[in-house]
Amino acid sequence: MSKNSINIISSKRGLFSINFKEIWQYRDLLTLFVKRDFISVYKQTVLGPTWFVIQPILTTFIYTVIFGGIAGIGTDGIPKFLFYLAGITCWGYFSECFLKTSNVFVTNTELFGKVYFPRMIAPLSIVVSNLLKFTVQFILFIVAYCYYYLTGTNVHFNWVLTMVPILILLTALMGIGLGMVISSLTTKYKDLRFLIAFGVQLVMYTTPIIYPFSLIKNKLGEYYWLAYFNPITPIIESFKYAFFGKGTLDLAGLTFSAIFAIVVMIVGTVIFNKVEKSFMDTV
Amino acid sequence: MSWQIKVENLSKMYRLGEVGTGSLTQDLNRFWAKIRGKEDPYSKVALTNDRTQKAKSDFVWALRDINFTVNQGDVLGIVGRNGAGKSTLLKVLSKITSPTEGTITTKGRIASLLEVGTGMHPEMTARENIYLNGAILGMTKKEITSKFHDIVDFSGCAMYIDTPIKRFSSGMRVRLGFAVAAFLEPEILVVDEVLAVGDADFQSKAIGKMKDISKNSGRTVLFVSHNMVAVKSLCKTGILIENGTVKAQDTANNIVDLYLEKASENLTPEINVIDPKFENDQIKFETLTVYPKVPNISEDFEIKFKIKLHNDGLSGLNIAFDLVSSQEVIVFGSGLFAERNTDGYVEATCTIPKNFLNTGVYYLNIYISNESRRNLMSLNEVVSFEIIEDNRDYNYLGKVNGLIRPQLNWKVN
Repeated sequence: MSKNSINIISSKRGLFSINFKEIWQYRDLLTLFVKRDFISVYKQTVLGPTWFVIQPILTTFIYTVIFGGIAGIGTDGIPKFLFYLAGITCWGYFSECFLKTSNVFVTNTELFGKVYFPRMIAPLSIVVSNLLKFTVQFILFIVAYCYYYLTGTNVHFNWVLTMVPILILLTALMGIGLGMVISSLTTKYKDLRFLIAFGVQLVMYTTPIIYPFSLIKNKLGEYYWLAYFNPITPIIESFKYAFFGKGTLDLAGLTFSAIFAIVVMIVGTVIFNKVEKSFMDTV
Repeated sequence: MSWQIKVENLSKMYRLGEVGTGSLTQDLNRFWAKIRGKEDPYSKVALTNDRTQKAKSDFVWALRDINFTVNQGDVLGIVGRNGAGKSTLLKVLSKITSPTEGTITTKGRIASLLEVGTGMHPEMTARENIYLNGAILGMTKKEITSKFHDIVDFSGCAMYIDTPIKRFSSGMRVRLGFAVAAFLEPEILVVDEVLAVGDADFQSKAIGKMKDISKNSGRTVLFVSHNMVAVKSLCKTGILIENGTVKAQDTANNIVDLYLEKASENLTPEINVIDPKFENDQIKFETLTVYPKVPNISEDFEIKFKIKLHNDGLSGLNIAFDLVSSQEVIVFGSGLFAERNTDGYVEATCTIPKNFLNTGVYYLNIYISNESRRNLMSLNEVVSFEIIEDNRDYNYLGKVNGLIRPQLNWKVN
């Protein structure tokens, strides 16, 4: 901000008057928030950042035993460990972004109540922090993938691999967008915090993570597109298709997800921008 | 001189009571009014911010039609009683919450210091926290790096720079926080009573720095405080806020005088024993009074206690009080253990000698505890009274400075 620029604080603010310039000026704060999140996780732990991979490994292991072994749910011939790990990694990124963003006002009340900075920095830093975590987990997945690939297991990647960055971007947009929509409500109606915490877990079971999409397809027959009403489904399905060459790549479904992610991001930003200026009075 | 801050018709409405189920209907009403393009249906019924009246509506104006202008380089003191709306004004100025009506126009960047060390993380080192806190306050990494050595020097934490601040004493954390804030360079600085923390050495350092900022850098500063001494010494101009409105804007000295005058209008040298705060399951105040009610500086006066004991197990009470000046300085504290009498009361009287306290308004903070010093009741600023002076045997008629006014022996040689 230049020395004599005029700033106006007013009760009225347009729906789309988001100050992107200001957010850009505070970019250093974003990196420092990310650093803080990272440091606070591994300070004074023996294993440090290794915790980022221990969690998915253990979860995958349990899923492999329970769903793969005991329940006997098929995985389209893909190695069970790899199949679950792919789903868990993608889903983990989405759910962390979503849950943390939806609580952003509540967890930052102290800070937001004492000092002003563009509030968008907080959800953006959540997305970036979790992207780092996701990257570590993704590397774990790649290592496991290479092992299976080189030992001659029946997995084949294909051209969809080039779309993986877009898939990750869509996951992030959906997480932060939905999170911002909910965050505006959690400031006032605290019930929602409990609802979404287990709601997210329930939604996970409607997403093809512990079972292949082909299973739904067989059950629903020609109405299989109903499953696409869960907009995260096409993203995770495409991710698996890219690496395993099995399952479905449904471009219509993916387009729906992309549109959903963009719309929810815009709506979320507008709502967030509206709520941030007076949430201190209701939180 | 050109203006730097212009506040026009600023108002802020708050909801009274709990934000709960009733709020959903009100929200829907509001939403319905909004989409029809009508104004907020609740803004008309809101009350003025007067805490002495029982609320008749669910909404209250914490600030109502505030107008003032601050010139460039001005140091403006904002004074007012607790709950007058000072903090709300600061929050609106700092963009923490938005006004209900009106606008604030500013030239340049506003940085606000409502607390020192905001957002510091205990697990991070002092070095990392300087960067984090600086960035939260609006500095860029580059700016912080260029001032890093000055900040460390000023904080006096050079030795512990790579230690996580959870190992720091609270005083050191405050030092570190203030050091970062002191090197902020916005055009406008909004400061809440941050000076009320830290030890004496640090306070004088902080006040010195504040003076430095306000006198030498030509920066515009808004300063909110209860410490009238600080307001007088730091500020050039001031505004007095009362019940959410601006009562006066004048030089800092005049504003402080006006504030003190206003404060003495509502003195209570005798407590109202019907007030439930003077009774609990252990004790009940029967009398707590200053006698005479308006003491003269040339006569002794008494503080009388009479307390009924509800608990038969109490053999007596420790009665203690702090005498606080209107500028919130504790002049002295005193106390004793008083045994219960046969009627089940504790009665005690403390005599304050004449020619000891200066004229002015004083408050009492009362602390009652049992034999083993377990606290039974503490009351802050319950009794207030003014010491006056009706004649003086020398020529000067203005107020004599100081908290105490002993009669000293003078000899003319």
